[in-house]
Amino acid sequence: MEPIITRHLGTPDLWRLDTYRAHGGYETLTKALQEHQPDDLITMVRDAGLRGRGGAGFPTGVKWGFLPKDGRPRYLICNGDESEPGTFKDRLLLENDPHQVLEGLILSCYAVGAHLAFIYLRGEFFLSARRVQEAIDEAYQAGYLGENILGSGMNLEVLLHRGAGAYICGEETGLIESLEGKRAYPRIKPPFPANIGAFGMPTVVNNVETLANVRHIVAHGAEWYNSIGPERNRGTRMWCVSGRVRKPGVYEVPLGIPLRDLIFDHAGGLEEGRTLKAVIPGGSSSPILTAEEAMEVDSDFDALQRAGTMGGSGGLMVLDDRVCVVQSSYIISEFYHDESCGQCTPCRQGTGWMTKLLHRIEHGEGRPGDVDLLLSMGANIFGRTICPLGDAAVWPVESAINKFRSEFDHHISDKRCLPGTESIL
Amino acid sequence: MAVQLSEAAQARIEQLIERYPTPRAVMLPALHLATQEFPYLDDEVCQAVADLLQVPMVDVKGVATFYTMFPTEPQGTCEVHICFNLSCSLQGARRLLRRAERQLGIEVGQTTPDGRFTLRGVECMAACDRAPMMYLNDELYGNVTEEKLDELLHQKSSGE
Ligand SMILES: Cc1cc2nc3c(=O)[nH]c(=O)nc-3n(C[C@H](O)[C@H](O)[C@H](O)COP(=O)(O)O)c2cc1C
Ligand code: SF4
Ligand code: FES
Repeated sequence: MEPIITRHLGTPDLWRLDTYRAHGGYETLTKALQEHQPDDLITMVRDAGLRGRGGAGFPTGVKWGFLPKDGRPRYLICNGDESEPGTFKDRLLLENDPHQVLEGLILSCYAVGAHLAFIYLRGEFFLSARRVQEAIDEAYQAGYLGENILGSGMNLEVLLHRGAGAYICGEETGLIESLEGKRAYPRIKPPFPANIGAFGMPTVVNNVETLANVRHIVAHGAEWYNSIGPERNRGTRMWCVSGRVRKPGVYEVPLGIPLRDLIFDHAGGLEEGRTLKAVIPGGSSSPILTAEEAMEVDSDFDALQRAGTMGGSGGLMVLDDRVCVVQSSYIISEFYHDESCGQCTPCRQGTGWMTKLLHRIEHGEGRPGDVDLLLSMGANIFGRTICPLGDAAVWPVESAINKFRSEFDHHISDKRCLPGTESIL
Repeated sequence: MAVQLSEAAQARIEQLIERYPTPRAVMLPALHLATQEFPYLDDEVCQAVADLLQVPMVDVKGVATFYTMFPTEPQGTCEVHICFNLSCSLQGARRLLRRAERQLGIEVGQTTPDGRFTLRGVECMAACDRAPMMYLNDELYGNVTEEKLDELLHQKSSGE
């Protein structure tokens, strides 16, 4: 199948307005403003079954429908914070095809009735920041932003807002706090952002790839979108494949193709002489799959969930037979501990204890009972925190222990990695 | 005289205050501007930003210390940021980090005595397809080998 979102990536200077327009850019917006009412667009996106590409896979049209119709101003935020380890698709789009994201964003703002939108961009994305700002400036000049857009009466201001280095700004309420000029401490939900979001107003937060999808749904309709991918899992996904594969990269494929095709066809499989050991399918927080599980599962949201894991952010990391799962778990655990915002004791302290314990086990100083202790620490964090980062820290470690228990036990009894593995620390 | 941001930066902040729903929301943009103009954000710089945004200085300081991109102490001219998250570690990032420590004669988190380099291990930078990767200031380098690392550090230390 022809890629949809990434179809024109690789075209020289695609980030310039002229090039984007030469490939049909902004035609959808022009047409939609003339032919459709905002509610038509909401219906279209809902009927298309688009699910958010930021992590949770929540249906976008349903989310938009939650906005109360009470006359308060509404804001839309494009979540370009992309910091879930293993994920690198939003950066690709923002650097190379910012107008596509903008067009999706403008259409989405038209649909939900937002007159002010923010692109919250990860602070370290220096090139994206330049390209997105240039795209915004070009869009203002061409009349796609500002007042009375293309003579339709629609007004929209878009501000590029750069983050400054904190993973938790990707979580939507942490993002909103950060946007308001505060520490990015996630909020207790409810109230949900749809009701009380940025600056106390109804707010929609959508991922970069989600907004890019909107542009194509509006262009070709819900029926077309429903022809791609299995039921309840429509459209394509930009999978980010990294780790021990020959051709790491972003591959856009229809949702639901077998995960093994992604690894062995698209990403070129493993290096000569290596075998698949495990796969982390949806960013580092998603529960790990054994090779056998990964060879059997399909890549859609629901299939991955049935297999006990998740599509998450689309960051698929491949581990081969030389990788020690205790070490990979330690690296992941350390990340969530470092990035805990510190508001909730179970997350702040618990992730620290888990990391320390994993370090001890990895260093050959683990004691009998340590592995069970890890599991019980996880159980004490899980579900007891304000935001899902606490759960995100537990899933990878708990699943690694459950599926590779003997490797953890070996570390405790023999005080080192399994024979045949090579340290990544 | 009290520390102040440049006139251009102040004008930019005023402009943004007009466009954002609240002045306080201009916090991160203002701190980014301040970071470009001062070696690090001390109390005086935070006070200058606070005055522009009409918020208490402690609020500015509280925000500045939360985010890793706002330095609260002097940084090296060249900031060497090597990603050491999983995908990069799978391609030897942690060996690179140790090599950089040896080459620069400092530990991760430190700045060389001559003020030229600060070395840091950083989290996934969304470039895992180019693992192992690093930033030298704003410049991203992918598929970094030991030779490439040595060469780049050498270039930077001889003032390129
Ligand atoms: C700890 C944490 C980190 C997150 N990081 C991101 C991120 O970097 N980018 C993103 O789009 N969503 C991220 N999310 C999900 C957002 O909270 C939110 O659900 C998403 O942006 C909604 O967009 P969507 O419906 O289009 O997927 C994160 C969630 C959590 C709990
Ligand atoms: S779970 Fe962790 S990151 Fe989330 S709010 Fe609590 S302390 Fe902060
Ligand atoms: S792990 Fe290094 S860039 Fe993602």
